[in-house]
Amino acid sequence: MSIPQEHDYIGLSESSPMERISDKLSSSSSSSSALSTEENSNKNKTSSLNLKETELRLGLPGSQSPERKPLPGVSLFGKDIDTNTNGYSLSPSKNLVSGAKRGFSDAIDASSGKWVFSVNNGSDADLNTGAVLFSPRGDNGNTQKSSVSKKEVVGVITQSSKPVQEKGSQVSGANENNNAPAAKAQVVGWPPIRSFRKNTMASNLTKINEDAEGKSGFGCLYVKVSMDGAPYLRKVDLKTYSNYVELSSALEKMFSCFTIGQCGSHGFPGRDGLSETCLKDLLHGSEYVLTYEDKDGDWMLVGDVPWEMFTDSCRRLRIMKGSEAIGLAPRAMEKCKNRN
Amino acid sequence: MLRMASSFPEEVLEHVFSFIYDDKDRNAISMVCKSWYEIERWCRRRIFVGNCYAVSPPMVIRRFPEVRSVELKGKPHFADFNLVPEGWGGYVYPWIAAMATAYPWLEEIRLKRMVVTDEALELIAKSFKNFKVLVLSSCEGFSTDGLAAIAANCRNLKELDLRESEVDDLSGHWLSHFPDSYTSLVSLNISCLGSEVSFSALERLVGRCPNLRTLRLNRAVPLDRLANILCRAPQLVELGTGTYSAELQPDVFSSLAGAFSGCKELRSLSGFWDAVPGYLPAIYPICPSLTSLNLSYATIQSTDLTKLVSQCQSLQRLWVLDYIEDIGLEALAAFCKDLRELRVFPSEPFAQEPNVSLTEQGLVSVSEGCPKLHSVLYFCRQMTNDALATIARNRPNMTRFRLCIIEPRAPDYITLQPLDDGFGAIVEHCKDLQRLSMAGLLTDRVFEHIGNHAKKLEMLSVAFAGDSDLGLHHVLSGCENLRKLEIRDCPFGDKALLVNAAKLETMRSLWMSSCSVSFGACKLLGQKIPRLNVEVMDERGPPGSRPESCPVEKLYIYRTVAGPRFDMPGFVWTMDEDSALRLS
Repeated sequence: MSIPQEHDYIGLSESSPMERISDKLSSSSSSSSALSTEENSNKNKTSSLNLKETELRLGLPGSQSPERKPLPGVSLFGKDIDTNTNGYSLSPSKNLVSGAKRGFSDAIDASSGKWVFSVNNGSDADLNTGAVLFSPRGDNGNTQKSSVSKKEVVGVITQSSKPVQEKGSQVSGANENNNAPAAKAQVVGWPPIRSFRKNTMASNLTKINEDAEGKSGFGCLYVKVSMDGAPYLRKVDLKTYSNYVELSSALEKMFSCFTIGQCGSHGFPGRDGLSETCLKDLLHGSEYVLTYEDKDGDWMLVGDVPWEMFTDSCRRLRIMKGSEAIGLAPRAMEKCKNRN
Repeated sequence: MLRMASSFPEEVLEHVFSFIYDDKDRNAISMVCKSWYEIERWCRRRIFVGNCYAVSPPMVIRRFPEVRSVELKGKPHFADFNLVPEGWGGYVYPWIAAMATAYPWLEEIRLKRMVVTDEALELIAKSFKNFKVLVLSSCEGFSTDGLAAIAANCRNLKELDLRESEVDDLSGHWLSHFPDSYTSLVSLNISCLGSEVSFSALERLVGRCPNLRTLRLNRAVPLDRLANILCRAPQLVELGTGTYSAELQPDVFSSLAGAFSGCKELRSLSGFWDAVPGYLPAIYPICPSLTSLNLSYATIQSTDLTKLVSQCQSLQRLWVLDYIEDIGLEALAAFCKDLRELRVFPSEPFAQEPNVSLTEQGLVSVSEGCPKLHSVLYFCRQMTNDALATIARNRPNMTRFRLCIIEPRAPDYITLQPLDDGFGAIVEHCKDLQRLSMAGLLTDRVFEHIGNHAKKLEMLSVAFAGDSDLGLHHVLSGCENLRKLEIRDCPFGDKALLVNAAKLETMRSLWMSSCSVSFGACKLLGQKIPRLNVEVMDERGPPGSRPESCPVEKLYIYRTVAGPRFDMPGFVWTMDEDSALRLS
């Protein structure tokens, strides 16, 4: 089975992200979000795409995938939790108040499930803060993200049947401004400093400590990441990456749910619906380009300047459709076309 | 006596009541007798709801039909530190919707830690014809589009204050929605916004609003535009600069210095993002008259800070980074004898080693030198019992004392003892202490001291402290005026809570996270005490799916007359009679 080539909008790496994902899966000791089919559970060790891992599924409240195995090393708030639950679900009798307008997170009808993004860190090597139960709605905003994007990520997403787009609402990992620099395990919400201050100081210190290790100081630089067509934004901490490759792979993982979601009808595929060719087409056909808004408010192509300069000036990221990026990324466009 | 009271015309009573503004006084008046209750409720113009879930909009509207000013608070305080997951609640829209019909003459809305959507802002903009004041403190959920609606429609707007809110900053264009005919701006605080507003629109707005007294700009406003803005508003009393950094150029400096000198009424300064020392002297001329200075985003070092504060002899409030160091605080103590409030924030809280020489000594110096100092927030890395006792003896007038030692459970660094006695001294000497935040290694003894002495204490924050339920019991049984208690990572369990359950109805709220309160105890509390909402937050799934003895992750208990709420997200459960049955 051939592995789709990476959509290489940065031009820094040739290997496929999916390849990297499956490599990591096979090397991890417990990438065990085992899935519903036997066939797939045997695939963990292969280099094939473990697409089921990232498949979108509709989970009813109170239900859990029966085959999902608990993961070692999963912990919340630094404490080990009951590993039988790898997600949470609504009490069936819960209902949202009707008639009141909400931000995005509440517009999702409770009874149809919600976005849950389980991140299971297989490797414990430098995992000092534990894994995260993390909902893109941000309702787990206080758990430690522990440089999630750097680690092996196996995402399973339960999706609401109503993709919601509501303006003015921020559904990102918003307010998750506590982070864990690799040097020291951090306690959630400690020291007690407001997010606004943390963010402001973080961008101050990047200027001052140009040559410092980067582990001191506020150690976080959250920027919003939007993707054309995705119903909500995300936030990433640029300080948890040290180069463009890490950033791009993290973003790909973070937003893969949206690209996969476009495959199949009704916005999300059936359980067996996702095929490799489908994914390949997406990665090629989508031709997404990563851009960022710099301090002057201009939209730039990511990858041109040295990494430190980029983190210093990047205010937000946008994963743009290639068709919109014409003129911004002619080189990337060409590459995509050539691959097709 | 009764006959006299009943023959007193209502209009006279109403006129008398109109001089009473304080909520507590108004509440007292309303309890004198039924007729006073009736008169008072018709003429109450301002209401404050400290917990938006303690009462429902229809209840408020039913009792107070003629309100002009509303203040609401939503999320618990620990939401500031990301301990409250997103989606928890605190939605303002139901309130706005109800008030849109009930209070067409509403003038002021002040919100703190609430979720405000663009729809809510648009509804405000079109429902209240005489709308004047909008303060959104630490709010979120709205974008600059909502602000545009406010700017475009609120003809009589006087105050727009977005302090520390998280705004979806789509563009700076919203500011241009203030029509040219709009001239009533008195106060504008956009310091939390990231994007650039049109500078010419800003300058024109400032220029045509003669009553403007407070202007807090955002970081995107460059230093070389500040002079122009100031020249158009020499009557400013409070200014927040934009970025305070530029290449040192004599003409920029002199026009800036000149502009500052022209602002004779300027008393409060803030902003100073990216401050470069070279431009600080531009404010020297006005330093002697400054009463409030917020340098907590200014990364200037000790020498420059010391030089600056030494000139601010009238200073009453200083917020600063720990770059000021002990030496700067000594200067503060020497020159700023009118100081009332000091906040020192950490410049590098996640660094392993201290990066500045700021110790307990700095705070001791200020406590010695500033007789009016009564409000302190201090982040440091070391503390001793002696220092705390000295501070307590120096400043018995302390009313708000918040200490944060970066390392949790840090003992007295000299004696290696817990800091029980130090904080004990604080509560013993400072008899009017209203707010206390503790830090360092603390045993149950400190809670005993607090229960015994802190009789005026209204708000207590505790983290990584205590040994057993006894600690919590001391506080709940001893602190008569306790209204808000927030606890994290302490070994407090069921006993103290259950024994002091009645106390909870006398408080606004109790927060406990990462403690040892069992699900069973929560259920019991919820069932037994009807006017409490006992909310369990647990992201591991329904608490009923685990044993009853299993501790809950987070617990938020608050008194309410509105019953359980129904806008909770999936990870929050209310313990009441019904839910207890449902979940068991």
